[in-house]
Amino acid sequence: MKKYSNTKATLAIAKASFRAILRSPSAVVFTLAFPLIFIVVFANIGGGGVSVDVGVAKGCDTSGRFYQQLKSRKLVNLITDQSTEDMNKNLAKGQIDAILDLKPLVPMQPLEVSVQYSKASGKGEILKSILNNMFYYVQSAELAKIQAYSPLKIPEAVHLKETTVSGRAYKYIDFILPGQLGFSILSSGVFGTAFVFLSLRLTLVIKRFFATPVKRYSIVLGEALARMCFSLLGALFIILVGHYLFGFTLIHGVVTVLNMLVLSAFGLIIFMGFGFIISGIAKNEGTVPPLSNIITMPQFLLSGTFFSVTAFPKWLQYVSNALPLTHLNNAMRLVAFEGAGLGDVTHQLLILLIWLVIVYAVAVKTFKWE
Amino acid sequence: MHFYAMAKQPIITVKNLVKNYGDFAAVKGISFEVYEGEIFGLLGPNGAGKTTTLEVIETLREKTSGEITVDGFNIETDKNSIKQRIGVQLQAAGYYPNLNLAELIELFSGLYGIDKSPMEMLEKVALTDKAKAKYKDLSGGQKQRFSIATTLINNPRIIFLDEPTTGLDPQARRNLWDLIREIRDQGTTVVITTHYMDEAEVLCDRVAFVDGGHIIGIDTPDHFIDQLVASGFERKKEVKLANLEDVFINLTGKEWREG
Repeated sequence: MKKYSNTKATLAIAKASFRAILRSPSAVVFTLAFPLIFIVVFANIGGGGVSVDVGVAKGCDTSGRFYQQLKSRKLVNLITDQSTEDMNKNLAKGQIDAILDLKPLVPMQPLEVSVQYSKASGKGEILKSILNNMFYYVQSAELAKIQAYSPLKIPEAVHLKETTVSGRAYKYIDFILPGQLGFSILSSGVFGTAFVFLSLRLTLVIKRFFATPVKRYSIVLGEALARMCFSLLGALFIILVGHYLFGFTLIHGVVTVLNMLVLSAFGLIIFMGFGFIISGIAKNEGTVPPLSNIITMPQFLLSGTFFSVTAFPKWLQYVSNALPLTHLNNAMRLVAFEGAGLGDVTHQLLILLIWLVIVYAVAVKTFKWE
Repeated sequence: MHFYAMAKQPIITVKNLVKNYGDFAAVKGISFEVYEGEIFGLLGPNGAGKTTTLEVIETLREKTSGEITVDGFNIETDKNSIKQRIGVQLQAAGYYPNLNLAELIELFSGLYGIDKSPMEMLEKVALTDKAKAKYKDLSGGQKQRFSIATTLINNPRIIFLDEPTTGLDPQARRNLWDLIREIRDQGTTVVITTHYMDEAEVLCDRVAFVDGGHIIGIDTPDHFIDQLVASGFERKKEVKLANLEDVFINLTGKEWREG
């Protein structure tokens, strides 16, 4: 008789499991749909950072250079499609930040600009400084003209010199995407693993497997392999969509992607450990979601998935910094945005390693085959 | 004439098998032999210890004490050789979710470490037209036939069927009997448990009655019946030449309905 091949058995399980995952709606929703939806929503909300909504009054002169310059300012969002009445109402409510009216330019007359601000909005100050900055240039230009005709030098009160150093813009997508990647891996690892092993145990699929020469480690390894392939393909998909559609920064291109995938794989192994624990202590399929949520929800909220951990009060930051997802997210962001290599995130990897040891020590104790 | 009549070599030997679950003794010293090429029935009420006995022989449970040899291999030292030589159908076992029948056969081939064409296996149980169907969408009879197909993948010397006909309609039951006889005729030994005595009577070459963890008799169905009759037993009702099941089959036809 031919020698029995454990590799063949492991790969057969991996293939079967991978097929099953692809056909399971919840796996696809949690791993791909949810993270992508969050990315789409947050990439659009947070997109341009701050902007000031300025209503353009009826009869405002929109042909002049001043208006065109204002329009080109990224911080200013000019609103032209509201009636005067609506505009006034919205200004009072603070839903628009100011109303601007420019009179047509009459030669030799100063440009008439009237701006209404609102006590309901704090962002009027931003418009004020934008306008002042623009006025400075207009007046300087006027002054220069006068100077050209006059021998009398007027001393400059201020000599403004503005330069912008080149740098990478830290877009919200650069923050949100690694967080969503972590969330995708967390839910796939915890929910997926817990569900699969519990249902294989309860429906006696594993018992039937044991009537074949397959080894236990083949079953675990085969399942893990399938989940790994699926989650990493999912991660790759999220990264590519983020990069090409939302301008997610990948400092070193392919190398960065590979580093992120290595981190994802490491994270997934830890999170699958939670899944093994839950599959062991859950009595039936109904108890899997609550138990999984106990693991995933705090990390989802406190691990810097949506906003930086530094925004939390100090005591909460201690909690955050104890969670594995926080460190996975941090490592992911360092790699993606700062261009760190895996050697530069050893601090995060070390903490994850400690989690790995703890989780699997518990999993070995609680996991049940039948 | 079938294989059994020609050879009486024991292929399974069970000696003084004891299985305790904690304080509860499920099997209390069972001994029996299964001969190569026969259909051997383990009969008895629920909780008699039939399934436990089977699962110990199938290497799925550790015995408490006793000796078991399967096709020449000791159950203590050669579990893996035994697993490679037997096919097992479990009572109420499920199959890997979200896979179709062909994919499940492929999976089991991998678990046995062999290459088997799924279609070849499905053909043996007349399920080729269901190759793309999911197990959960099969009828009761189809489910059982598929389970039997999975037991045949490794060309086993022995297959174990735990209550394969429970819950099937008369047509599906007869269809399964034919399949089981076919498997036996091709040289595979079959060990089966059932609650249906009519089934054991027509299907099994020999039966063992199990009750309360003991074997209380092993013989061919014919001998058991002859002995009882010789002891002066008579059925209360006059025996008719047909029973209600014969009427049912006569009225509804022999063809097996899927559904």
